[in-house]
Amino acid sequence: MSIVQQTGAAGFLACFETLKDALPGDPVVREKAAAAFRLLGLPGGTSARRSEAWKYTSLRPVAETAFMTPVVSGFDVDLSASTASFSRFAENPVFGPLPRPDRDPMVALNTMLAEDGAILRVPAGVDAGIVRIDSHGNGSHALHPRHAVHLGPGATLVLLEIATGTGGYLHNAVTEIAIGAGAHLTHIRLQDESRDAFHFATIYADVAEGGTYDGFSLVLGGRIARTEIHVGLTGKNAVAHMNGAQLLTGTQHADFSSIVRHAAPNCTSRQTVKNVLNGRSRGVFQGRIEVARDAQKTDGYQMNQALLLSPDAEIDSKPELEIFADDVKCSHGATVGELDAEQLFYLRSRGVPENEARAMLVRAFLTEALDLVTNDAIRSMLGEKIDLWWERQAA
Amino acid sequence: MLEIRGLAASIGDKLILRGIDLNVPDGEVHAIMGPNGSGKSTLGYVLSGRDDFTVTGGSVLYNGLDLLDMAPEARAAAGVFLAFQAPIELPGVNNANFLRTALNAIRRAHGESELDAVQFLKLARAETKRLAMPDDMLKRNVNVGFSGGEKKRNEVLQMALLRPSLAILDETDSGLDIDALKIVADGVNALRSPTFSALVITHHQRLLDHLVPNRVHVLAGGRIIRSGGPELARELEKSGYAGVLAEAA
Amino acid sequence: MSTTTEALDTINSGYKWGFETDIEMDLAPKGLNEDIIRLISARKEEPEWMLEGRLKAFSQWQKMAEPVWARVDHPPIDYQDLHYYAAPKKKPGPKSLDEVDPELLKMYEKLGIPLKERAILAGVEADPDERPQIAVDAVFDSVSVATTFRESLAKVGVIFCPISEAVRDHPDLVRQYLGTVVPVADNYFSALNAAVFTDGSFCYIPKGVRCPMELSTYFRINARNTGQFERTLIIAEAGAHVSYLEGCTAPQRDENQLHAAVVELIAMDDATIKYSTVQNWYPGDENGRGGIYNFVTKRGACRGARSKISWTQVETGSAITWKYPSCVLIGEDSVGEFYSVAVTTHHQQADTGTKMIHIGKGSRSTIVSKGISAGKSNNTYRGLVRMLPSATGARNHTQCDSLLIGDQCGAHTVPYIESRNPSAKVEHEATTSKIDEEKLFYCRQRGLSEEDAVNLIVNGFCKEVLKELPMEFAVEAQKLLAVSLEGSVG
Ligand SMILES: Nc1ncnc2c1ncn2[C@@H]1O[C@H](COP(=O)(O)OP(=O)(O)OP(=O)(O)O)[C@@H](O)[C@H]1O
Ligand SMILES: [Mg+2]
Repeated sequence: MSIVQQTGAAGFLACFETLKDALPGDPVVREKAAAAFRLLGLPGGTSARRSEAWKYTSLRPVAETAFMTPVVSGFDVDLSASTASFSRFAENPVFGPLPRPDRDPMVALNTMLAEDGAILRVPAGVDAGIVRIDSHGNGSHALHPRHAVHLGPGATLVLLEIATGTGGYLHNAVTEIAIGAGAHLTHIRLQDESRDAFHFATIYADVAEGGTYDGFSLVLGGRIARTEIHVGLTGKNAVAHMNGAQLLTGTQHADFSSIVRHAAPNCTSRQTVKNVLNGRSRGVFQGRIEVARDAQKTDGYQMNQALLLSPDAEIDSKPELEIFADDVKCSHGATVGELDAEQLFYLRSRGVPENEARAMLVRAFLTEALDLVTNDAIRSMLGEKIDLWWERQAA
Repeated sequence: MLEIRGLAASIGDKLILRGIDLNVPDGEVHAIMGPNGSGKSTLGYVLSGRDDFTVTGGSVLYNGLDLLDMAPEARAAAGVFLAFQAPIELPGVNNANFLRTALNAIRRAHGESELDAVQFLKLARAETKRLAMPDDMLKRNVNVGFSGGEKKRNEVLQMALLRPSLAILDETDSGLDIDALKIVADGVNALRSPTFSALVITHHQRLLDHLVPNRVHVLAGGRIIRSGGPELARELEKSGYAGVLAEAA
Repeated sequence: MSTTTEALDTINSGYKWGFETDIEMDLAPKGLNEDIIRLISARKEEPEWMLEGRLKAFSQWQKMAEPVWARVDHPPIDYQDLHYYAAPKKKPGPKSLDEVDPELLKMYEKLGIPLKERAILAGVEADPDERPQIAVDAVFDSVSVATTFRESLAKVGVIFCPISEAVRDHPDLVRQYLGTVVPVADNYFSALNAAVFTDGSFCYIPKGVRCPMELSTYFRINARNTGQFERTLIIAEAGAHVSYLEGCTAPQRDENQLHAAVVELIAMDDATIKYSTVQNWYPGDENGRGGIYNFVTKRGACRGARSKISWTQVETGSAITWKYPSCVLIGEDSVGEFYSVAVTTHHQQADTGTKMIHIGKGSRSTIVSKGISAGKSNNTYRGLVRMLPSATGARNHTQCDSLLIGDQCGAHTVPYIESRNPSAKVEHEATTSKIDEEKLFYCRQRGLSEEDAVNLIVNGFCKEVLKELPMEFAVEAQKLLAVSLEGSVG
């Protein structure tokens, strides 16, 4: 069974009305989310409300598409290299406390319509290896997976998510992550969706004392895409890394937005996000470091850089600091420009042909972000994706 | 090797080289001296094809090739090497990888087979050793975090590996300790052959003691105002540019 | 710490510009409506076109809503509970200083404004004749009361007069330029200003003229429940140079007062305008009672090639500051600069920064912002750098530093960077940190008191900005920083 929707927010709401009795989980949460979504709408789409969080990304094309809501899960979980316990949201439909459907429109939409998702649990002290989740979008399907990851104290997990597909589908995932004291999650995401697809991934992570959220997203695909990461450092000495690279071309639009909230003392956050923009693409970076009054000895650093490879590309960048504690060390840097002419000349004067020199410099530009991926196999897999992307640009 | 005729070049509206005539025969080393801002580095850049500078007149023949017509990498492939006065940093670009890419590009241009990583490393290690440089220089990013002297040594390492036939050394001796100075000189002397020439830009006699140039030229105000033998450098070291400048005026 | 409370006592009585001047006032009734606007226009003896413009602005304003995006928080402003016109009773526009109300002159003396001819040559110790001369326009509530040096300026063709006078005497210039940089409907406060502005300065520097002296305006809000809405327009024709200084103070009062100014600068080919502000409106007391709401729109248009507009501001006053002196860089190779020190203490809120809009080829901009937060204050830098597709080879460099003194304040940085030209280069850096304990200790070990040490460090922190101020102002600004931060350490 699948439902062909009308367009716009109304289409999703109507779809909810039809499906709601069959959807798993607390109906009150769903109704609330629907009410919020009715209010918030699709930013820049049907709703005329201006929202600072969606300043640079308009969902008009999403609003203008008629999606089909299929009853398929749309993802596979590979546990062959992991001891994590796995269950499905469809069977265990718990909406956790972190996501904010009241505030974030795509999360409201997900909460309203989520049917399935992967729930991963790692018990205390266990190193559960690598879990891989592959999602596949198709045709004009709309998918709203609801994932959850729970790491017990001292647990370790590498989660690799790869999103691919064919067609003009909507992939609107919400992932809720709870990292226990001293636990460590490495969260690598490869967003390699179809160039016609809409991709939204909203991640909420809570990191307890001494825990680490180490995230990296490589964004290559999608027509309109947004990676939105909220990390709360709620225990002392917690650490967050929210790194990423976006390589865009054609008319792609990709938005990387993150908020790290330092709510406890002595926490560290690090962020390096790179945009390489070709064609008529548009990259967006919004990153906020929030430091609460009690979060003394906070160490926050954020760097975002964009390389414009074409006269028609555009970058919009908004790195933000919001600081209420005094004993902090927070900084950010942003640069925008093209390849450095002097570096290019240096390479060419050594005999490196121009094209190769450009490739080297683009790769070097990305290396700073990519090197932050500590798993060698995953890093080289991502590196190959980047090289492939560059070859396609040159061709 | 190199025949420069009436070379004029400007940046923006500013004319910097105002007609340079210079002949460097095969196998010779020529020194270029001159006051700060006289255009020495500019000459190096123009010869290696930096496009911020506009050549407004003159010609440059290099082994019969019209140098000014060629892309920077083509000049490099043809054997022109510029050791930069201020070598640029390339964050994220591994030194070994960079050198291998450059070397292979030049080898390709010469119809030679490319070196694989192992072959290259063997060669590069041998050179670093010969130049008494630490091995980890190859592992680091190009010039990033290098001290002033290390950057210069890295330029010499590149020269040794790429084996140019025309080396332009722009104040490669500045900022070097005494041992390193000797290494630079040895590096150049090792390349010396009837098919190798060098233009050595310097402010000091020290390097020339080791290199013994065939000719010394004084560049001032974008022109060569005086040329002579090795003794000219010694004379300048003693009495400065005032005399030469007055004479030329 | 006891030093804190002691020092708080000093600052409580410490706003030394907080006196009230007893002058007979001509006060319009409270409230805002078309009649009030007609009254303002009539009092100013304005031509019909001015009145029409005001009424149009008023009707636009009525359709607009107060902006909410700034990080400032205040009870709703009752725009009907304000006087929109207040003037000293003495006939405005005195022929000479002798005609000015002596009370006024006394007040300016108290403010330290060197208004009288001799005193203009600021600074006492140096030989006055060697001091640069400063022409002063003094704006008291709604009217300009005295403008000095007009004759000597007129000799070189520089017009420097109250804008109300310019409307009458130079209507063509005013009509040609007024509202062209900040359109009426640009924002809520600019529309309000266009409807009710009462006075401000007008400067016109003709082609090729280097203004022979600094031009300066002192603004003073005196009357109770009065809004001050001044309007400044500066035009530098091709090749002209001018440096303009602006200072502001207000009496200490328990209620909040509104100040909504609009400043427009226009620079043609090769012209330079340097605009410096030391803003020291009453900031309210240590409990956040009273103080000025300072909602200001300042914008300069670099219309000509190689034109340059440089904003320097030291913001220590006001309960709330909402201010973004900006540059629209239209001309090729035009230059925009923004140097800012913003200090907030007690319950002050500042949301300030700049916009650099790069349109012209090779245009360049520099932003240096230093924010210092103490007490329970909030200090926000908000800035936009936009590179349009035409801005080939444009450059921006932004350095944005915040210093926190005490753990009850907030420091926020909100830059927006938008680029649509690959050859344009933007570099942005921001840091937030607390005052360096080690530096403090070092200074104290050398015998400085904690407060002196803080001053020293704060001054060092602000140096890049302070050095952009004209000499006389820089000294005043340094003193002001020290006074503002008194009692903030501990
Ligand atoms: N990018 C540039 N823009 C403007 N002027 C430049 C530029 N590069 C060089 N110049 C000017 O050209 C002149 C020659 O510079 P050049 O670097 O060739 O001098 P030099 O002889 O190498 O000096 P030094 O002995 O100090 O190395 C100088 O006046 C310099 O300022
Ligand atoms: Mg030089």
